[in-house]
Amino acid sequence: MKNTLLIAIVFSFILAACTSAQPSTPPPAIDTGVQPGAWVIIPAGEFLMGQHDTEIMLDYDYQIMVTDVTNAEFAEYLNQALADGTLKINAGSDGSQQVVGYYPGDVFHAVKHEEEIAAGDWLHLTINEPALRLTYDGQSFMVKPGYENHPMVMVSWFGARGYCEYYGWGLPTEVEWEKAGRGSDGRPFPWGDTLDDTNANYYSSHDVLEKIVGGLGDTTPVGFYNGKTYDGFTTVDSRSPYGLYDMAGNVWQWLADIHEGTHYRHMAGGSKADYGYNLRIWTRNSAGPTYTSPNVGFRCVDR
Amino acid sequence: MQAIQQRFFYLFRSTKGLILVAIAMISLVTAVFGMLSGPMAEFGVRDVVVRLLHMQLIEAEREARIITLYHSIAMAVVSIEVYFITEFLKMKPRQHATINATITVGYLSVMIFGLLFGYFGHNWIFHGLFISGQVLVFFSGLMLAVALWPWKPEARTADKAYSHLGNTSNGKALSLERVAFFTMAVATLGSAIFGAIPGSYFGNGFEAFLAEDLIRVPEKTLLEDSIIGHLHIMLTLIAIALALLVGRWLDYKGMLHKLSMPLMIFGTIVVSLGAWSVVIFPWAHTIIYVGSVFVLLAALFLVIFGFSKLIRTRLAEQGIQKAGFWRGFKALLHDPLKFGMLWQMVFMNFTVSGIGIFMAVKLDEIFRVWPWREERIVLTGHWHILSGLIATIILFLYADYTGLKGRLRQWFGWLVILFSDLAFGSVTVFAIKRLFVSETDQQPLVNATMLLADIGLATVLVVLAVLMVWRLVDLFKRKGKWAKEFEETRLQ
Repeated sequence: MKNTLLIAIVFSFILAACTSAQPSTPPPAIDTGVQPGAWVIIPAGEFLMGQHDTEIMLDYDYQIMVTDVTNAEFAEYLNQALADGTLKINAGSDGSQQVVGYYPGDVFHAVKHEEEIAAGDWLHLTINEPALRLTYDGQSFMVKPGYENHPMVMVSWFGARGYCEYYGWGLPTEVEWEKAGRGSDGRPFPWGDTLDDTNANYYSSHDVLEKIVGGLGDTTPVGFYNGKTYDGFTTVDSRSPYGLYDMAGNVWQWLADIHEGTHYRHMAGGSKADYGYNLRIWTRNSAGPTYTSPNVGFRCVDR
Repeated sequence: MQAIQQRFFYLFRSTKGLILVAIAMISLVTAVFGMLSGPMAEFGVRDVVVRLLHMQLIEAEREARIITLYHSIAMAVVSIEVYFITEFLKMKPRQHATINATITVGYLSVMIFGLLFGYFGHNWIFHGLFISGQVLVFFSGLMLAVALWPWKPEARTADKAYSHLGNTSNGKALSLERVAFFTMAVATLGSAIFGAIPGSYFGNGFEAFLAEDLIRVPEKTLLEDSIIGHLHIMLTLIAIALALLVGRWLDYKGMLHKLSMPLMIFGTIVVSLGAWSVVIFPWAHTIIYVGSVFVLLAALFLVIFGFSKLIRTRLAEQGIQKAGFWRGFKALLHDPLKFGMLWQMVFMNFTVSGIGIFMAVKLDEIFRVWPWREERIVLTGHWHILSGLIATIILFLYADYTGLKGRLRQWFGWLVILFSDLAFGSVTVFAIKRLFVSETDQQPLVNATMLLADIGLATVLVVLAVLMVWRLVDLFKRKGKWAKEFEETRLQ
């Protein structure tokens, strides 16, 4: 009996530990029917912000992307921006190739834990990162097959900001992002009051890619949770009241705000690697502006 | 009718019965509410439990619900410690009975009505009873502090083997162990107020938050700082109380005792003042570190004494005068309950204190480079492990106190030691995984550590459930173990 238990434990451990860290095969190309690059207008007006429903007035209209920026969109931008000199490729201190771009710097307050963000070239992304869904042949960037309509990940705050500003847009502020994701009725999730596996891609949400890859799964294509059925997995149309997809789960989204006394940049929305409660619309994450992750992407606003 | 009355008296009038009830209540709460998160949520058990029990879980209230749950469990844990204190330390029988009765009504009110309020719709009468339960627990703490007053004649010591001040020959020396208990009780009362004030403020507006969600806010308000200080110092004081109780149970005395008690008293005062001063000084951490060093040293001396006593006792039982390393080591491991109480304190240094110190030293260099959610995992893992270790030490103390014998003692002790440490060790590795693997490559490590943690925790919970079912079945026997324990209480 003792031996059986021991063997079972050891066997389970080995099985778990042998799971691949990265998908060994490309993900299936999934057509969600949702076109990246679409925009929606968020009208001026009051809405309830945060966990405790604070009334906030936004006195201007703005447009926001319906989906996260995809790998295909970002690859196209990289190729243009590298060609016209907006971005350049440098060698990192660890020998890696990095895409960098200019940032004018932040006001430094020397508060405890604050790091100075001075004017200069800052990291946008590191080439040849295994989790980057782009490849670079020395001339141009291309998207790894199957990831064309997945959200762009492994991009720093500088990289996300750089993309939006290149086209004359910007990253959303916390207020803009939350209003677009929540509407005006104080709901905790973009689609309503409760969360289940059919609404969003989060930790152990049993989506198609989680079944294929296992564990934390992978990003789902933008607009995946739109009411369609994929390989027997039925989703619920989980748009926000203004029609935005993926405002909860899949990838965290970089926000524009610079908070006095800290160099951290905030993110919102939760990701495929987080438990469901992190997908509540007011939940925030933060990291330094050079942080990149397979679980962080972005979308832009046009004010 | 008499049979029911006898059992009721056993459960609510004897120390062993009271502790059994509190452990059973915590086990029940853990069993039910543990289904709402972690692997149980992943397996879909959460949804079934919510549906079956008609829970009403509003997303915006998650933090408030969790705070209610923490307090429900914490009050029961504090009650168990108080039961042990009133049993182990000399005090008037009337004080003993009044303190136990008050705290029992208090923690049961907190637990039952707090959880009903938090998880099953908001009945405001329940909320009132939840608050009044906490008031009763606080009031019993006041009575305990009075009962522990070390300068009264009956609390003084005549035994010079114990840490003391003054002359033992006339039996009027001040017992420093008693002072340590008293200091801990007073510090706990002050720390409870320290949390109650901001609790009332935030509770009034229902703006509940978890302290770990404030970590990267550069400027916190005084009340937010107060909450952070409160939760840290309460857990510290619960651990200090437990270390003192284990010392009393093992009859801690001699030179190390004489060193330990002043350190414990001074450490308790300094660490409490440090935690309270977070609302005044930005460098309050330094005071806390200094106090912690004294407390940890005191605990270290207790462990050295305890290990040495375990070895000596066992070798004496075997009639061995002089033993080599392996014989001594075997003797140390002979009694898993007594060894477990002390070993978990040592293990705490690897999984809690060590990680905490490392985090403090390398905060900006390592931990603040990670995303906030990763840092948060380390923090929540840190204090969940500390709470878990405290729970296991209480279980060892209870099992030893009730005289668990033979193979049951061995199985219970070793299963809890091995599997709890497996779980806590795995959670520690999981929490600091970014030190070893990148986010991209973490999956195998996440899988392995989560699996081991689940195996460890599940085994400990099953062992606990077996113990509880055994004691429940025993209550149905006319001359069960309960009857013997009750008879002992009556004789006392």
